[in-house]
Amino acid sequence: MRRIAPLAGVLALLLSAAAQAADPHLARNLAATCANCHGTDGRSAGGMAVLAGEPKDKLLASLTAFRSGDKPATIMHQISKGYTDEQLDLIAGYFAAIKPAGGAK
Amino acid sequence: MSQHTDFGRRGFIQGALGVSAMAALYGCAGAGKGKGHVVVVGGGFGGATVAKYISMWSNGGIKVTLVERNAAFVSCPISNLVLAGEKQLSDITIGYEGLAKYGIKVVQDEVVAVDADKRVVRLAKGGDLAYDRLVLSPGVDFMYDTLPGLNSAAAQQDILHAWKAGPQTVALRRQLEAMPDGGVYALTIPKAPYRCPPGPYERACMVAHYFKTKKPKSKVLVLDANDEIVSKKGLFTKVFNEQYKGIIEYRPQSELRDVDAKNRTAILEFDKVKADVLNVVPAQRAGDIAAKSGLKLVNGRWVEIDWLTMGSTSTPNIHVLGDAIFPAPTMPKSGHMANQHAKLAAAAIVNLQAGLPPSDAPLVMNTCYSFVDAKNVIHVASVHAYDPATKLVQPVKGAGGVSAAPNELEGQFGLAWAKNIWADMLT
Repeated sequence: MRRIAPLAGVLALLLSAAAQAADPHLARNLAATCANCHGTDGRSAGGMAVLAGEPKDKLLASLTAFRSGDKPATIMHQISKGYTDEQLDLIAGYFAAIKPAGGAK
Repeated sequence: MSQHTDFGRRGFIQGALGVSAMAALYGCAGAGKGKGHVVVVGGGFGGATVAKYISMWSNGGIKVTLVERNAAFVSCPISNLVLAGEKQLSDITIGYEGLAKYGIKVVQDEVVAVDADKRVVRLAKGGDLAYDRLVLSPGVDFMYDTLPGLNSAAAQQDILHAWKAGPQTVALRRQLEAMPDGGVYALTIPKAPYRCPPGPYERACMVAHYFKTKKPKSKVLVLDANDEIVSKKGLFTKVFNEQYKGIIEYRPQSELRDVDAKNRTAILEFDKVKADVLNVVPAQRAGDIAAKSGLKLVNGRWVEIDWLTMGSTSTPNIHVLGDAIFPAPTMPKSGHMANQHAKLAAAAIVNLQAGLPPSDAPLVMNTCYSFVDAKNVIHVASVHAYDPATKLVQPVKGAGGVSAAPNELEGQFGLAWAKNIWADMLT
């Protein structure tokens, strides 16, 4: 399995590049599916984690830990399983580039 | 005709020329911003969200007019807490003024007719609005014609649905308050699909919670037309049988056939049930303006749409959102889902108005929190991704699920969910 991993990585990159070519707004659209709970563009209105402006690595680590079950959750372990690696990567990248509410990034 | 066309057809044609120039740049400078005028009918979870996101994502390039008959938005989610006396109507009421900063024009009126050929809608107060694209997000209307005894204004004044939050919510609360201890509250549930699958069971719990704390001799009788509890079955069954043992009685396969409004009696196939407070949630279909504008319907009730754009499959330039559509497999009719439909439609409309194709990989997800008492909540969640083979959004296997048990942490998340989704649509 280990030998396949780099190949899978390349494949994922190609797939993600193809997806981005299909619609340049894919990351924005996917991130918008989080906004119901986490606020428009991840600027939480309160009571939920702020995603806007969080480092991409940190967001991605959280999402993958939710998905694997390593990070305890009430609901995110179930929701994160609905997104592919490429989609989670796009989402984390999108929120990382947003300025948090009320402050410059 | 066409009195309100300050950004009408001429502007659209000029915009279209600009669009081809932008389309030429597509790929190096990103997508065009889109032009034209979109009229949105209905300012609920779907309509308000699509108005905001079209404006936001087109950077104001697309003009948006939102037509809503009510002065303010009143949320169905959390309204069962108002029924239980745990919240006030003012806690679930939000004005539309927050949409002004996006350049959205909010018109308090009702659209009474759609001319799809001329691309014009007629307003009840008089005048027409021309559109390049029309988004209908009218929610549901009730099929009172299936319940002759309830098919009059007088009967509907006594026997409430409270399935659209607002004055009915307050009126049903008053009926519950006026009911003497030892009385029976009966709630009838129509066959699925209806708005908010877990909503009736949450309502049964919240009314039982009120009775348990304030009128302990009273009963909640649930008359469900369905074969079993439609949503979060295991969790609700446990709550009914344990937390509300002796208070809630649940009767499946008990379809309401008619209502004797004067005697507050539910007429079932083999039985008549008299209640002190009778709360009838009637069968539903797409809201009038969507159901009666010549759009293709499924089962004569729900609008058939294309899942890449939320566009009507029969009528160009008309998109339909929320509870009014024929849902994709396992997709609930919920406010959360309507908000997700709105973002799918907004992304597609902004692309289409810029001469670009819609995304070929839309994804939507749902979260629904139900209160079982003032503090404890259970959820159901799901994720639905577009499948090119069936041309539908399909539930993603292995994703989604329900709470392990009612818990206070999700009680806090349930309220935070409401705060955030209201902000996502209205501010």
